[in-house]
Amino acid sequence: MADHRGSPQGMDRRRFLGYVLAAPTLMAAAELGGSAVAPEAAAAIPTLPPPADLFDLNDLLSTAAVPTSALITVQVHSDGTASFALPRAEVGQGVTTSTAMLIAEELGLPVEKIKITLADSRPELLFNQLTAASNTTISTYTPIRVAAAIAKGRLLAAAAIVLGDTVTNLTSKLGVITGGGGKSVTYGELAQRAASTRTEQVSVTLKPRSEFTVIGKPHNRIDALDAVTGRKVFAMDLRIPNALPTMVCRPPTINGKVRSVLNAAAVRAMPGITDVVTISTGVAVRGRTFGQCVDAVRALRVDWGKGTAAGASDASVLRELKAAELPLVVPPLPLLAKTLDAGFTFAFRSNSALEPNCAIADVRRDRAEIWGSLKSPIVAQQAIAAKIGLPQNAVRVHVTEGGGSFGRKLFFDAALEAAEISRTLGKPVKLMWHRTDDFRQGRTHPMCTSRLRATYAAGNVLTFEHRHTSVSTDFGHGLGEIITALAAKLPVGDFTFSQTVFQLTQTMPYNFGVTTQLLNEVNKGFNTGSMRNIYSPDVCCARELFVDQLAAKMGKDPYKFRQEFARDHRARAVLDKVAKVGNWGRAMPAGMAQGIAVHAEYKGFSAALVEIDCRPATVNRKIPSARTGPRVTKVVFAVDAGLAVNPRGLEAQMLGGISDGIALALTSSLHLKDGYFLEGSWDNYFYTRQWNVPKDVEIIVMPPTTGQPGGAGEFGVAASYAAVACAYTRATGTLPTTFPVNHDGPLGFDPLPTVPPIPQSPTDGLRNAF
Amino acid sequence: MPEHTFILNGEQVTVDVEDDVRLLWVLRDVLGVMGPKYGCGVEVCKACASHINGKVFNPCAVRVGDVKPTDRITTIEGLPGTVGKPLHPMQQAWLDRDVAQCGYCQPGQIMTAVAKVRQAKAEGRKITDADLDEIRNICRCGTYNRIREAITAAAERM
Repeated sequence: MADHRGSPQGMDRRRFLGYVLAAPTLMAAAELGGSAVAPEAAAAIPTLPPPADLFDLNDLLSTAAVPTSALITVQVHSDGTASFALPRAEVGQGVTTSTAMLIAEELGLPVEKIKITLADSRPELLFNQLTAASNTTISTYTPIRVAAAIAKGRLLAAAAIVLGDTVTNLTSKLGVITGGGGKSVTYGELAQRAASTRTEQVSVTLKPRSEFTVIGKPHNRIDALDAVTGRKVFAMDLRIPNALPTMVCRPPTINGKVRSVLNAAAVRAMPGITDVVTISTGVAVRGRTFGQCVDAVRALRVDWGKGTAAGASDASVLRELKAAELPLVVPPLPLLAKTLDAGFTFAFRSNSALEPNCAIADVRRDRAEIWGSLKSPIVAQQAIAAKIGLPQNAVRVHVTEGGGSFGRKLFFDAALEAAEISRTLGKPVKLMWHRTDDFRQGRTHPMCTSRLRATYAAGNVLTFEHRHTSVSTDFGHGLGEIITALAAKLPVGDFTFSQTVFQLTQTMPYNFGVTTQLLNEVNKGFNTGSMRNIYSPDVCCARELFVDQLAAKMGKDPYKFRQEFARDHRARAVLDKVAKVGNWGRAMPAGMAQGIAVHAEYKGFSAALVEIDCRPATVNRKIPSARTGPRVTKVVFAVDAGLAVNPRGLEAQMLGGISDGIALALTSSLHLKDGYFLEGSWDNYFYTRQWNVPKDVEIIVMPPTTGQPGGAGEFGVAASYAAVACAYTRATGTLPTTFPVNHDGPLGFDPLPTVPPIPQSPTDGLRNAF
Repeated sequence: MPEHTFILNGEQVTVDVEDDVRLLWVLRDVLGVMGPKYGCGVEVCKACASHINGKVFNPCAVRVGDVKPTDRITTIEGLPGTVGKPLHPMQQAWLDRDVAQCGYCQPGQIMTAVAKVRQAKAEGRKITDADLDEIRNICRCGTYNRIREAITAAAERM
């Protein structure tokens, strides 16, 4: 973003301002978000670019940072390492590794010498500590390099004095600076000398891309060794004094409330249990082990009031959605134009990570400390302070490494609940949600519908309308404040809040004439959030299925049709790549087929080619206690992320997106019945498992196109999902209208009871050992 | 409270805790061994997978009272010790392929993978796609293909 735009000072395009801070060892800083964003020029094209093309959600998140004056700092230490506290969450998407690479590039240290920690909540960063919308690298790419480059400049200046030489004569390699005479000095030795006694603004030139040796080269994760040895520390692995295991007995229906507890004293007397207390979301128990908390939760007898979705079912919510669908309005058309209509329903889905909702809270009379994997720690801090009646600056929020997010950790439900329990008890608590609660009471991707209509004549698509209707998505995690604050500056007029997000995220990759894409939302009775993207995967799936239908009506091949109507050469490039590598159009047996899809978002382009096997022998294959069904046998995925900072990490994110796409298309959903979700375990909620993994996956990272990194964390899902759906449709000859395709089939499991709310652990583990 | 003794990662340990507490919570909440993770509590997700006498099992589904004093429990922390090296070949294969994403499921994945390869070897055969298809461990980040590649590679070195 900033690299190719002039600065206000008229400096050259790679020159930036930053700071040297007064500190005992060298500390360099830059303003996070200092790189302003301007709308990029749009090509002259028949379909007017949707707002997301001119100014997308990432531009909004980057723009939000401009007024902040808070700094991010790179510090060089006497042991020759450098450190950086990243004001973002690491939840598996690899931002600590890519951040270390950015610093290593400009500072000239090996990546292994860069220590990345996750910053505590920093309210002074205002909007700038939200990990969302795959925005981390987009928004930090320039400021982090500026800070590192300033540090490098100070080190060189200090080395020149030590070595009695001029800076231009010095060479530096891997933390050692050598003078013309061959004498050398290390960064560690210079760390104090290069430090400043006062804070001053300096300017710096960033490396040109042609000189990159770290950025753009594959690098393994910096936390990989900790992950494979069990040393990586997640929130529940922390040992905070007296923070005993704590769980909550939850209602049998969504958001039900406690009327009364019938046996609190008896449960308090159970082995290991220290406390039983009613809170706003249920009845909390605290004890020596989580196992004993499970026993206590199961033993509680509670009179429950009805919840916010009382009596609701998939069918009742679908009726609400259908009633709220905005009309399709086809403008006046020439004679002979034909119309194509389609409609799709997408079930509720769980964004539960493998690490369940959890947090540690130690609330005292005058202060509080919170630990958790939090993508919106500033909003969490504010909300917790309000909840427990302390000033915001009396609440410290520590961000821990997260065991996955997928949207879940945008919210801080567990942190808020832990703080409430700790305040009520006056004791520290280590709160963990049971898996069953995580599915049944945790956040979901809302159920939604898509209706589409196109008109076409004489080989052209004249109009394209897409109406997406969704159960309300909760944005109460900070994105809300950003959009509220910036609403007036957005090029989307006075849309509603969610409509704004929709317009900022929905690109349209095709030239389909007069195009409108609109959203309507209903019903706030559910606990919702985004799920590895907000609207795009479903919208993309609907659109790409529709595009296949349109191509068929117009007598064209799905790949050729997309290529012909693609609005952008980058879209055509990823399509061409997967078609070529995946051998598009190859002959396949009946019951097997290929599918192809394209998606643009996060300043990038992606395409997937998928092969699926829907033959009975495959669909009915037996894996003990497993849900099998159609199997995706091959995926070729091409991603143009503008500039991949770490291609290996980008590939990993695409691989995860493919696993998600398969699950969304084929197997994973929540079934709503009588006001609660039936799914209560990983053997009920069919996220992709090894028996549904394609054996043949090829991910192609396209060469840099824009020179600026795009988003990665969520980007792999949409095209994969859509391509699986398209392949399934072609293999079976039937266009599915509900996703995942097995949602309306037999349930595939016996639902767990709702009272007690969580199951007892089995005792047959030794018998099942192998 | 009853006492329970067993061998944990090569060392004898004794804990005071009720018989029916599942071993996962004895390891994590009483002994502070944090490698085995909670992901379901019902023997489904396999995030807590560890070894008992060389076989993979789920501590979330074993009462501590059912563990004998002679039982050897190995968690991810003790896996390298079973081969007398800083890392087990499976861990090294994991590093070589940069398998982990968030890392939460990875201790359980690795412990399961080791047992799966041992099982095939004991039957005098190589690990197959069908073996890999049977692995139940959830990876919600979806890094399944790299897991398959790492297991196949490590099997050559085990």
